[in-house]
Amino acid sequence: MTYTAAALLGVAGAVLVDLLVLRTRLVRRVAFWATYPIVFVFQLLSNGILTGRHIVIYDPRAIIGLRIAYAPVEDLFFGFALVLLTLSTWVWLGRRGVQRKPAAGEGSRLLAKVRKW
Amino acid sequence: MRHLSYLFVLAGCLISALWLEPVLKVNVLRRGRRLLLTLVPVVVVFVLWDLGAIAAGHWTFDPEQTTGIVLPGGLPLDEVLFFVVVPVCAVLGFEAVRAVLRKPAGDEE
Repeated sequence: MTYTAAALLGVAGAVLVDLLVLRTRLVRRVAFWATYPIVFVFQLLSNGILTGRHIVIYDPRAIIGLRIAYAPVEDLFFGFALVLLTLSTWVWLGRRGVQRKPAAGEGSRLLAKVRKW
Repeated sequence: MRHLSYLFVLAGCLISALWLEPVLKVNVLRRGRRLLLTLVPVVVVFVLWDLGAIAAGHWTFDPEQTTGIVLPGGLPLDEVLFFVVVPVCAVLGFEAVRAVLRKPAGDEE
């Protein structure tokens, strides 16, 4: 199997886990799609350094050769699968009652101030 | 210093995200058990993927720019840490977005 095939399978697997296995349905939520672009920018940065400086080296036969900020496009799919599986597991645990609290932003004086203003 | 290149990238990721904990009180580190339980399956799945990819020759690591600590299967410690750092940053970012936008994720009471 090429990295290209593995990366696409990884995305499919993560989406399957999110929709059908853990049923967190993050790919249908605004909270997820508002987060992903932020993660994506940092992924381009860190991945760009790792590949651009040849810290990680790819076999040209395993990838289709399309690169974005030095990184093979497959890495973007790999990263998507990694982030979606992570957040799906995190939300699933919360739904099962594992440390639902303190919720995000709870106790933030900064957020309270911004909201009042 | 060159051996720390990979670790520097990971440190950069952490520095970019960790401030969210004290500043926005995303309370991710305060929910450490949930974070740890999230990391376990993610690290297992992605370490297996990585071992498969290394065995298939999809990618290799520059020994000059990694710590040199290599786990069985040719997996550098640096890469294992990647699968810890990136998920931690992703959860921090996700909870920060939730704190600001107050959009549901499905785990609310």
